[in-house]
Amino acid sequence: MKNTKRLAALGMAALMSLSLLAGCGDKVETSVSETSKEANTEASAEVKEEVKVDGANGSVYYLNFKPEQDEQWKALAAEYTAQTGVEVAVVTAASGNYETTLMSEMGKSGAPTMFQVNGPVGLANWKDYCYDLKDSQVYGELTSDGFALKSDDSVLGIAYVIESYGLICNKTLLATAGYSVDDIKSFADLKKVAEDITARKDELGFAAFSSAGMDGSSDWRFKTHLANLPLYFEYQQDGIGTTTAIKGSFLDNYRNMWDLYVNNSTCEGKDLAAKTGDDSRNEFLNKEAVFFQNGSWEYGNLVGDGKFTDDDLQMIPIYVGAGDEANQGLCTGTENYWCVNKEAKAEDIQATLDFLYWVVSSERGTAAMADEMNFVIPFKNAKESSNLFVKQDREYTAAGKLPVSWNFPTMPSEEWKNGVGQALTAYAADSTDDNWSAVVDAFVNGWAAEYALLEQ
Amino acid sequence: MEKALKKSAPIFVLPTLVAFIIGFIIPFGQGLYLSFCKFTTVSNAKWVGIGNYKYAFSDPSFGRSFIFTVMFAVVSIVLINLFAFTLAVLLTQNLKGTNIFRTVFFMPNLIGGIVLGYIWQILINCLLTIIKEPLLALNSKAGYWGLIILMCWQQIGYMMIIYIAGLQNVPDSLIEAASIDGATKWQTLFKIKIPMVMSSITVCVFLTLTNSFKLFDQNLALTGGDPNHSTEMMALNIYQTFYARSGNQWKGYGQAKAVIFCVLVIFISLFQLKATRSKEVQQ
Repeated sequence: MKNTKRLAALGMAALMSLSLLAGCGDKVETSVSETSKEANTEASAEVKEEVKVDGANGSVYYLNFKPEQDEQWKALAAEYTAQTGVEVAVVTAASGNYETTLMSEMGKSGAPTMFQVNGPVGLANWKDYCYDLKDSQVYGELTSDGFALKSDDSVLGIAYVIESYGLICNKTLLATAGYSVDDIKSFADLKKVAEDITARKDELGFAAFSSAGMDGSSDWRFKTHLANLPLYFEYQQDGIGTTTAIKGSFLDNYRNMWDLYVNNSTCEGKDLAAKTGDDSRNEFLNKEAVFFQNGSWEYGNLVGDGKFTDDDLQMIPIYVGAGDEANQGLCTGTENYWCVNKEAKAEDIQATLDFLYWVVSSERGTAAMADEMNFVIPFKNAKESSNLFVKQDREYTAAGKLPVSWNFPTMPSEEWKNGVGQALTAYAADSTDDNWSAVVDAFVNGWAAEYALLEQ
Repeated sequence: MEKALKKSAPIFVLPTLVAFIIGFIIPFGQGLYLSFCKFTTVSNAKWVGIGNYKYAFSDPSFGRSFIFTVMFAVVSIVLINLFAFTLAVLLTQNLKGTNIFRTVFFMPNLIGGIVLGYIWQILINCLLTIIKEPLLALNSKAGYWGLIILMCWQQIGYMMIIYIAGLQNVPDSLIEAASIDGATKWQTLFKIKIPMVMSSITVCVFLTLTNSFKLFDQNLALTGGDPNHSTEMMALNIYQTFYARSGNQWKGYGQAKAVIFCVLVIFISLFQLKATRSKEVQQ
C-alpha cells in the first residue's frame, strides 16, 4: 500500500515535470508553420509532382518588417505553397520591434531563412548571417546595381521596395487659399504660401502644416526624413556617399524648414512634444492643414471612403532652399533590404532563393507586390503600381527632376537620431539660438561621437 | 510524520525544481556567460573576457542612471510605505465601508505598467499644458515626480493589503493591556503596533525596493528616458545599450550591465533584509 502510494506520487511528479518540458517544445512549432499549413493540405497533392525545383525539400521562413503588408504576404505565401508545395511561413514583427524579434528568432533552431536590414548601419548587426547573393537569380533581376547592399565583393542585401516622401499637399484646400501646386517651386515660394495661409488662418479655417509631432510615433519624420535633406546636400556638395564626420553645412536650411513647420502649424510649438503621428494624419484628413510631410506608404491611409480621392492630393518636393531647386524631385530611395540567412540549411536557402525569384519575376508575384502591397519594386519584371505618389514620383523624374536620394541609412545609430530629435523638440518649444546650437551640437558632434563608437 | 515528510520531500520538490532550473538557473548561467562575450544571437557567442565590464563601468550614462534610480527609489520607498501604512491603520478602525475602500485602493495594481505609463503621460502632459510648463519630453523634473506619483498610485494599494494583514494579526490582548495601562492612541501605535508588524514592514520595504530598482515598463512608457536620458533608470539604460546602436559589441555591453545590475539589486536587498529583520520581535 505504502509502496503504491509512493510510486503514484513519483509518477505524478515525473508527469508534471515532463508536461513542463512538453509545454516549452510545442509552442515554437505552431507559431512558425501556422500560415502554411492550411494551404499545404489543399493543393499540394495535385501540383507537387509537376513542379520540380532544387529547393523542393526546403522551406521558407520570412520574418516580415512591414505590418501594413502582413496579410498580403501571407496570401502570397499560401499561393506559392499551393503551386510548388514548398512551405512558406510569414511572420510579421510588431511595429518597432523588428530588431528584438529578429534577435530572438535567429537564436532558435527554426530560424528565419529570410529577413531584412535597413541599410549599411543595420547590416553591421547581421553581416555574419547574410548569404552572399552575388550568384543568385534574384540579384540578376535588379534594375540597377545601386539597389544592392554590398560589403566588399559580396552582395548581402537586395532592396525590394522603392519609396518616396515629400510634402503631401491637399490641392483643394490650397486652391481655397488661392494657390496651386504650380506656385510652389522653391523654399521661398513655400514660405510665402505657408505664411500667407497662417496670416489668414482664422478666415480660412485651416493651417499650412499639420502638426510636426515629436512623439515617438511621428518624430522619425523630422529627425530622420527631414534630416536627410541637409545630409543629402552636404554629401552632394562634397561628392561623397557617407562620412564619419558630418560638417552640418546645410543646417541653416534645416532650421528654416523646421521653423516653417513649427510656426505655421495647427498647434503651438511647445505642444509638439506630445503630438503623435495619428494626430498629424487626422488633422490632414480633417482638412485642418494643407501640407503633411510623409511618404508613399501613407497612400492607403489617405485615400478611400470618406477620405481623399486622387484628385485632391499631390506630393511635392521638400524644398529647403538648397541646391538646384528648379530641378529637385521627391526624396526617393529605400531602407528595406532582403537578406538570406547563411546559417540555414542548404535546401532551405535554395527554397528561399527560389521563392524570392518567383516573387520578383512571376506575373503573380509582381502583381501582388504592385497592386496588393502598393510597392514599387526595383526589378526588371515589375508591374506598375497604382499608388498615386509613386506615379507622381515617376512624373517628376520624367520631367527631368533629380530625385533626392535616401542618405539616412548612413546615420550612425538610433541614439544619434534620438539626440537630434530631442534637441529639435526643445527648439520647437522655445525657438532660441541657444536651443538651435544644441541641435547643431547633436547633429555634428553627436555624429562623430556615434561613429567613433561604431568603429570600436 | 516529520521523517516521512523528509523522505518524500524530493518527490514533491522535483516539478518546481525542474521548472526553476529550466526557467531560471540555466538562463541565468547563460546570461552570465554571455556577459563575457560578443554576440548577435545567444547561440553564437565569442568569448572576449572582461572587456564588456570595463566598458560598463566606464560608461557615464550607466552611472547617471544609477544615481537617478537611487534618487527615485529612496523617495518612492518612503512615500509608498508611509501612505500604505497610514491607509492600513485607517482602514482597520472598524469604520463603515472599509471593504469598498480597500478594493478601490487595490485596483490600480491590476493595470499593467505600460498602460498606466501612457495614461499618466496624457494626464501629466495635460496638466503641464494648463500650467504652461514644458511637457514631459522636455522636463526632467516633471518626469521624476511623474514617475513617483505613478508608482505611488500603483503600489500603495498592494502594500496596504500586506499592512492590513499584519495589523489584524496584532493580538487584541496586547492592545487591551496597553489601554488598561493608560497608553494613548499614539503610544499604542508606536510602542505596540509598529513593532508587532515589523515583519510586514520588512516584506513591504523589500518589495518596494526591488520594484523601484527594477522599474522598466512605467519608465519606458511615461518618459522613455527623455529629455536626454535624464530620466532613464538602470533597466531602461540596459535596454537602450542593447538596442539603440548597431554592432554586436553592444549586446555584450548590455549583458555586462545587466549582470552588474543584478548583483547590485541582490546586494542592496540583502542588506535591507538584514537591517529590518533585526528589528522584528517575536510574538
